Amino acid sequence: MSELRDLYQEMILEHGKRPRNFRFPEGANLTANGHNPLCGDRLVLKVKYEQGRVVDIGFQGTGCAICMASASTMTETVMGRQREDVDALIDKFLAMTVRNEPGAVELLPPKLAVFSGVQEYPMRVKCATLAWHTLEAALAGQVTASSEAASTPGTQTQGG
Amino acid sequence: MTSQLWESHEALRQEFPALNQEIYGKPLVYLDSAATSLKPRCVIDAVRSVWESDCANIHRGVHTLSQRATKRYEAARESLRRFVGAKSSREVVFVRGATEGLNLIAATLGRTKLTPGDEVLVTGLEHHANIVPWQLICEATGAKLRVAEVSDDGSVTVGAVRAALTDRTKIVSVAHVSNALGTVLPVKEIAQVAHERGAWVVVDGAQAAPHLPVNVQDIDCDFYVLSGHKLYGPDGIGILYGREAVLSTLPPYQGGGDMILSVSFEQTLYNELPYRFEAGTPSIAGAVGLGAAVEFLASLGWDRITAREHELLAAGTAILEAIPGVRIIGQAPEKIGVLSFVVEGVHPHDLGTILDREGVAIRTGHHCAQPVIERFGLSATARASLGLYNTLGELEELGRAVRKAQELFGS
Repeated sequence: MSELRDLYQEMILEHGKRPRNFRFPEGANLTANGHNPLCGDRLVLKVKYEQGRVVDIGFQGTGCAICMASASTMTETVMGRQREDVDALIDKFLAMTVRNEPGAVELLPPKLAVFSGVQEYPMRVKCATLAWHTLEAALAGQVTASSEAASTPGTQTQGG
Repeated sequence: MTSQLWESHEALRQEFPALNQEIYGKPLVYLDSAATSLKPRCVIDAVRSVWESDCANIHRGVHTLSQRATKRYEAARESLRRFVGAKSSREVVFVRGATEGLNLIAATLGRTKLTPGDEVLVTGLEHHANIVPWQLICEATGAKLRVAEVSDDGSVTVGAVRAALTDRTKIVSVAHVSNALGTVLPVKEIAQVAHERGAWVVVDGAQAAPHLPVNVQDIDCDFYVLSGHKLYGPDGIGILYGREAVLSTLPPYQGGGDMILSVSFEQTLYNELPYRFEAGTPSIAGAVGLGAAVEFLASLGWDRITAREHELLAAGTAILEAIPGVRIIGQAPEKIGVLSFVVEGVHPHDLGTILDREGVAIRTGHHCAQPVIERFGLSATARASLGLYNTLGELEELGRAVRKAQELFGS
């Protein structure tokens, strides 16, 4: 079970069970829906974004522990941050999980670094990145994000 | 001869080479046969021998290899005819699988017989392959898609089908066995009430053919489709059975070689049944492998296969029901091959990953049958599905692994 613990670290299990910011912020002016057709995970992310800053952020939806925990820790991490910081976090998180860049994990706060375990589980990478793609979409003014959007050849998954 | 395999279940398991491996250091427990079944040695050998010794195109060459390949391909068709109880091998069309079979029927029967306002009736538990082709043809013809209700226990009654039939119903297309719940549908009775209303009856047998004897004449359906890869045979091959009186009235599905008698730029004459529906070079080795698979099943004997699988299903149900927090989805009285379930506090996708680490292969998600999963207020389930090689010990292993997942999640 030790390898499984690399994926399901205490932080992930805990946030998965009790996600933070599981609410829609008042005065939110950006919204995006995230969907992973493989497993049916769905998120609605709402952001109160003013003068280049994430003033408030929250989400609602259903999904696996990885997906819920990722959305939870993401909202905690980006809360109150300037756009440049948020963009940099998005990039580093995707560098760690999707692009598998060595060293990326060290550039992330511990709360996000716990997701480095998904690299070992190709089918689960999208669970960890769905919230981040949805945030990217919200900040870009798009309404929907799909876990399929950023899939790389060979990891393409199918809803069937 | 093969029936001797029952004397030792281990000997039967030895016929399936893929079982003989470890996953993360644990013996593979394969409980995903509804996605695809493992292949017995006789199927692997049949496919290999086509390529090793009889590798040629069929129905074309005068040379020896081509004649041998043609003979084996047509012998496989005859095996499949016997397997589904069709009257004539002219009624057995090789296709890529059940999905292609359903698309073929929708594109030929649907395109020529449906007019605006007509209705196509499916049930609420269909696989996407028995929904989307009908949606496409309804859109093209102006027909409407109607849905017969699924009961709370996951069954579809003849009454539910009768209630959804109207004077405009032209086609009734139903699963024989639900891939998501394991429900066995009363297809014979459904065919009867549908025929009384003058509708054509299509049965999707992808999940039924591996688990119970099929007889298309007894069901009295007009069409029946199945996939080889769920039937211990190769992927990329399956059959469409079509009642000759109906099939012979349909236009070709795809154009190409082998489906014609003669071609000129002025006029093309189509080939006779079943070749009219087999354009291009088919999966020859696939067909021969599928022929070997159904002969393997026939020699094992259906009585023993179904008895064993009912025993396994009952045992698996009892094992899962004994675990607090586990709920089985789909408890129809007539059920086979599938255990769909959810575990409180553990998302199916997490469960699938944890079980895999224990060597237990299951499917998680909506199983390409989103409407029925949503019918039960869910977005996903875990699905353990059975093959004739599974053992009681493997189901106990499933139970242990589920408890392990609950432990990890503290639920």
